[in-house]
Amino acid sequence: MGIGHFGGGTLRLAIPAILLGFCVGVILGLARLAQRPWIHYPAAIYIEFIRGVPLVMVIFWFWFLVPIFLGRPVPEYWIALTAFVIFEGAYIGEIVRAGIQSVPRGQIDAATATGLNYVQTMIHVILPQAIRNMIPSLVTQFIVLFKDTSLASIIGMMDLTKAAQTVSQRELRPFEMYIFIAVVYWICTYSMSRFSHWLEIRMSPERTSSP
Amino acid sequence: MKIPPSLPFFKGAMGGFEDFVHPEIYGTMIVFGFLGIPYDFRWSVLWEPPHATWIIDGLLTTLRVSAFSWIFAILLGILFGALRTVPFRPLRALATAYVEFFRNVPLLVWLFFWYFGAPEAFPESIRQWFIRHGMEFWSAVAGISVYHGARMSEVIRAGIQSIPKTQLEAGVSSGLSVSQTYRLIIIPIALRLIVPPATNESLNLLKNSSLAMTIGVAELTFATRQVETYTAKAFEAFSAGTLIYLGLCLSIASIMNRVERKFAIPGLIARAERAEH
Repeated sequence: MGIGHFGGGTLRLAIPAILLGFCVGVILGLARLAQRPWIHYPAAIYIEFIRGVPLVMVIFWFWFLVPIFLGRPVPEYWIALTAFVIFEGAYIGEIVRAGIQSVPRGQIDAATATGLNYVQTMIHVILPQAIRNMIPSLVTQFIVLFKDTSLASIIGMMDLTKAAQTVSQRELRPFEMYIFIAVVYWICTYSMSRFSHWLEIRMSPERTSSP
Repeated sequence: MKIPPSLPFFKGAMGGFEDFVHPEIYGTMIVFGFLGIPYDFRWSVLWEPPHATWIIDGLLTTLRVSAFSWIFAILLGILFGALRTVPFRPLRALATAYVEFFRNVPLLVWLFFWYFGAPEAFPESIRQWFIRHGMEFWSAVAGISVYHGARMSEVIRAGIQSIPKTQLEAGVSSGLSVSQTYRLIIIPIALRLIVPPATNESLNLLKNSSLAMTIGVAELTFATRQVETYTAKAFEAFSAGTLIYLGLCLSIASIMNRVERKFAIPGLIARAERAEH
């Protein structure tokens, strides 16, 4: 049982959590901007509530609630995944909202004036600009989520952190072990942030508009 | 009362409440949720003798860990945030290395490192001294402050860099001395730019102090878990912990919001994105 065997646990948790969290976040972000109060307020309360509670607490809640509601034991993986999606969805929702609000209102008016309907306006005018504005915060949040997956080890899921814990207990070499996984995490997160930087430059209007 | 087939597991998860719940209490059982799962709410566990003290001690420990870590994080943040803007390249590189390394690794890994790993580097006698003087607490403070110091220095660097150099030039050319320009123009503006994201980051620190439970610091989450383990009343215990965190975060946020609004300069700052962190 080596550490490489469990390193996959982190990725297996992080990638679906990022994808699903993003979907939940987009829905929440749009819901917060909705005109109808019965859509707007629940989303706002949900976001404010989750943002005021530590992730560990959310994980414990799901650890306790999910098996009760399903009526059978659930593997830690699914509990951790649910907790991450629910938790990160709130943060991503705020980013999506801010991104959409960062597009000037005049853009909507201009699009309407040229004869586009609401959906066309959103798809062709607002969202492309909003997503470009969101990228830095969004990738920052994905990095945060990636780091947060280490908390799954608290409820006993085998990921990189748990593996390091297990191995360092057996080998009694905690110093080297923790520095090693710190470097592994660092390589992953730092390459994500480099990628975001590259994407930002690639998608900036100065570049795309130049011949 | 009808017991659903899910009970065998439910029993295990709740620490076998069926075995020791008094028949009298069993009679007052309330059906919990919409799936017909029996759960006996007993909120009184929260203020029964040992549990209330655990939770209050936990809250105080959370505040203590957070306060110490916050002070060190702010100091580290100011130091490295400022260093990242100096013209001297090696210093800037040093600060960048600190920020990029510490901020990009999970806090949990840092906590384990500071608790299990770092003491290995010291001779036995010093390690014994650490153990006698509350090593969990100070390892947690070290881990949280170094991690959040790196994040705080990003906030402070962004604040410093967002003030254009022309502000200083304009101040000096209108007849103020350099120190007056700093005192009257640069610092007041910089603080207004830095405080909202720094508040956000401080709240993150408060919430992240819950990770200290993993190395055995008896803070709020730890106390919550302890109450849950001893009473098998997970719902009540987690509710208490959640509400305390929520109350702390929301009240700090609303106080700082009021402060920001009171000191806002009209037209200076479009509300900073709270979502970014």
